[in-house]
Amino acid sequence: MQEFLTDPLKVAADWLIGVLGAWGMPAAAAIVLVSFLGIFLLIALLMLVDIFLVWVERKVVARFQDRLGPNRVGPFGLIQPFADIIKLLIKEDITPSVADKVVYNLAPMLAMMAVLMLWAVVPLAPVILSVDLNVGALYLIAAGAISTLAIIMAGWSSQNKYALIGAFRQVAVLVSFEIPMVATLLIPAILAGTMGLNGIVQAQDTWFVFLAPLGALIFLIAAIAELGRVPFDMGEAESEIVAGFNVEYSGMKFGMFYASELLHAFTFGGFWMIMFFGGYRFLGLEKVSPFLAVAVMLAKAMLGYWVIMWVKYTMMRIRIDHMLAFNWKFLTPLALLLMLVMAFLHVLLRDASGLLYGASMFGANVIIGLVALEAARRHSRRERVRVSRPAEGQPAGA
Amino acid sequence: MTIQQVIFLLVALATLGSALKVVTTGNLVRAALWLVATLFFVAVIYALLNAGFLAVVQVVIYIGAIAILFIFAVMLTRSDQRDRGPQHNRGWWVGALVALLAFAALLVVLVGSGQFARLAPELPEGFDAVALLGDALISADAYVLPFEVASVLLLAALVGAVYVAFSRR
Repeated sequence: MQEFLTDPLKVAADWLIGVLGAWGMPAAAAIVLVSFLGIFLLIALLMLVDIFLVWVERKVVARFQDRLGPNRVGPFGLIQPFADIIKLLIKEDITPSVADKVVYNLAPMLAMMAVLMLWAVVPLAPVILSVDLNVGALYLIAAGAISTLAIIMAGWSSQNKYALIGAFRQVAVLVSFEIPMVATLLIPAILAGTMGLNGIVQAQDTWFVFLAPLGALIFLIAAIAELGRVPFDMGEAESEIVAGFNVEYSGMKFGMFYASELLHAFTFGGFWMIMFFGGYRFLGLEKVSPFLAVAVMLAKAMLGYWVIMWVKYTMMRIRIDHMLAFNWKFLTPLALLLMLVMAFLHVLLRDASGLLYGASMFGANVIIGLVALEAARRHSRRERVRVSRPAEGQPAGA
Repeated sequence: MTIQQVIFLLVALATLGSALKVVTTGNLVRAALWLVATLFFVAVIYALLNAGFLAVVQVVIYIGAIAILFIFAVMLTRSDQRDRGPQHNRGWWVGALVALLAFAALLVVLVGSGQFARLAPELPEGFDAVALLGDALISADAYVLPFEVASVLLLAALVGAVYVAFSRR
């Protein structure tokens, strides 16, 4: 019992393998079966969380827009997501007659799969994690590649020009914002000396957000772009291209895209917390019990998700050329410079006292951030002047 | 047969099957999607061989960048996305022959090495392949020169691409 409280997953798995072995199953097969069972359990739990997230999202957006949100079905409208699901399930399932049926049906599944894949490396507690991959940070980018693929498949197979335009725009955003994301992901990796997510969390005696506040900010911006949420929702952009890549989807297939977007946002909220806010660590609670650590991790992920929602519901969409210029001319050089400076300082001051190390890391971030802001301010001032003056040789307003 | 071997055989079959579909599918985008599947299964094989870093990089580079670029190019250049053209040109048998010869040569080498049925070795506890790879890439008595030369080559390609695409308005 004592052991179950300190390492529940291992005890449960060992017990199950023992039971299966007693039934006469070979040990290797039992291990494979138990692993599959673990994956199934994790996915089932995530889907349950996902249903709950629909309610969270609707309630939070309502608060931001000074409304009440769902409040009719059940206490606080908690039964609302189930009503939503029933509605989605009984809607007509439309497939365009010219669509590429296999790819069209595969795309929503792949979108969901890409998000669920991410959870393979999420450390919920020191001992509750699926796999402690030593390239965890890079794995995040790899799973992102799969979700890019899902969007491009949805856009192409629908045979709809809005869907195709949406997919193009979304993929342009995803591919470009991947670069600042990789650069900022490397900062926690450099500071912790490992790319494994569990190792990164364990190394955060002081949260990395205090050592690299600018890195945390850039990661958040890149993550929101990776999610395709406002202000970077190029692929959907209801007011411009109807609903973008998922315009032809109806019923539960659309629901899959919607659910995967919500879970993706929640997941990236969690990753933001893992990378910069100490993951499951909070005031030593994680040492008391792994169950407390899981609670801390989920609460933090919810907080990260809330920040992403906060941005989504208070910002406007940025025009695509501005967004790409912002990424390539501002965010990418900034992220790369920050990574270089952080790596340099880390090597230089590794053996210095903790205070000096922390202060110079923080100071470097603040200085780089202020200089970058000033440069951006000057640039935008010049741009405003340029735009307000009609170019020579062209009629005004052209 | 161990579980590892069963998984390897299944993945290898899936790799070969999807590779075959790449060359036999008439629709270009679908062929590119089969290529994605092939590349993904190759990544799985890397993962089976305890080469986690290589597996992840395979997915990031080949699926996340190269395959997406293929699909993009096909989508942008074909007006009708259901377009089907002839799949083979007259030289198809040369390609098949070269592939067969390469397979035969590899088979001979592998069988000759006497390690044909070997399993991936168990890694010792605390073996950090990523750290070793990182050290090898920047240490003077290992691969620092090839690594730097490759990066200069990539930089040159990058500058070239920008030059080709850049048009002064």
